[in-house]
Amino acid sequence: MKNKNRVVMDAEGIDRSLTRIAYEILEKNKGLDDLVLIGIRTGGIYLANRLQRKIAAIEGIEAPSGILDVTLYRDDLQKTNKKPRIGKTDIAFSLDDRKVVLVDDVLFTGRTIRAAMDALIDFGRPRLIQLAVLIDRGHRELPIRADFVGKNLPSSLWEDVSVKLTEKDGVDEVVIEMDSEE
Amino acid sequence: MILERKDILGIKELSKDEILLILDTADSFIEISTREIKKVPTLRGKTVINLFYEASTRTRTSFEIAGKRLSADTINISASTSSVVKGETLLDTARNLEAMNPDVIVIRHSAAGAPHMLAGMVRQSIINAGDGAHEHPTQALLDMMTIRAKKGRLENLNVAIVGDIAHSRVARSNIYGLKKMGAQVAVAGPATMIPRDIEQMGVSVHSSLDEAIKEVDVIMMLRIQIERQHQNIFPSLREYAQRFCLSKKNISLAKKDVLVMHPGPINRGVEISPDIADGPYSVILDQVTNGVAVRMALLYLLTGGKA
Repeated sequence: MKNKNRVVMDAEGIDRSLTRIAYEILEKNKGLDDLVLIGIRTGGIYLANRLQRKIAAIEGIEAPSGILDVTLYRDDLQKTNKKPRIGKTDIAFSLDDRKVVLVDDVLFTGRTIRAAMDALIDFGRPRLIQLAVLIDRGHRELPIRADFVGKNLPSSLWEDVSVKLTEKDGVDEVVIEMDSEE
Repeated sequence: MILERKDILGIKELSKDEILLILDTADSFIEISTREIKKVPTLRGKTVINLFYEASTRTRTSFEIAGKRLSADTINISASTSSVVKGETLLDTARNLEAMNPDVIVIRHSAAGAPHMLAGMVRQSIINAGDGAHEHPTQALLDMMTIRAKKGRLENLNVAIVGDIAHSRVARSNIYGLKKMGAQVAVAGPATMIPRDIEQMGVSVHSSLDEAIKEVDVIMMLRIQIERQHQNIFPSLREYAQRFCLSKKNISLAKKDVLVMHPGPINRGVEISPDIADGPYSVILDQVTNGVAVRMALLYLLTGGKA
């Protein structure tokens, strides 16, 4: 059984990437007007919170943030009998005419983002939706791309990219894990 | 933790973990009903049949709304307008419905065990929406969800259930559920309405309302089934109300932050006075709101894809 784990990003790397993404979000949107951050459960929640703090440190104003659980919009629910647990969605403001920045940890097939966009549209009609991810690992199955990327990480399909965050894992690092079955 | 059963027939057979999974899932579904667009696409293409052999407003509507908010197609059949009046048996009706390939059949029937019989006969998931005086699992789940939301827990709470315990499926399901979740349960009612072996369910029995609700966290009042009056289990509504009506006079015996619950429909002035039913302790309408979320959770957890 092979089990080679490679750390491809450490705490400092993650922090620098998020700082750059915070500046890029402000640059692209020319400030904070109507901007909201929506974190996709679960990794995206913590990254959205960190971006919110970084943006507040730069601009002195806090952008509203919300939490989105996309499970009910997934396209593979009918294919499985193992029903994933549903987490709480919490978006306490209208999305009408807002600029929404969706935040997730890893961009992979794009199916999660497709589900997230469907969910957002049910909450209103945002002026635009942008996507910020810490890692883009490729292998898209849908025509989706990110506006803000922390790190492009070419990966093979039998590898697993795992973003560990202090808030949930006690440590900040991005790890490539070999699938031990292969 | 996943729910590995085809049917929801009663609380008795559910484990504590299964109940927690259902309640946690239901908590997450609450938010959908507060949206402007109250619909998610999760159960697109699934069909839910509500087969009701007894009158119902709340439960039937609640299941219908739950199905629709998950994008399932819901169909209501009530016995009075169906082939039942032409003498079709429950089993024949069920086999015919089965032939139309629904995914879930929700059934309410006056005969205890009717949902269990169906569950053994058809492929579809069966949800018991009340069978005779046996069980009403979705009511107990929404009651536990409401208590947990208001009190933050179920363990070590004192709950009094008052009324016609003997004929109440709501009481039975709640006793099973609350005991599993670690609450203490007291029941009270006229002797004719207390089943003889009820202590075996682990509850304390009281013959007076005042005694039962002393220092409790939750009071569940049951509906007096006026249609049972001819069975001589109570002399008159007036006498029942004098002894067992929850009102301003006795509510102060319970804890200051007591929750007052009722499964509906209410007989105002019989088991509960209007000022209590509409008062600050009452969570009767929260129960109804939570009922939709609990039923959404069950439909979500039961409807699988390919096995």
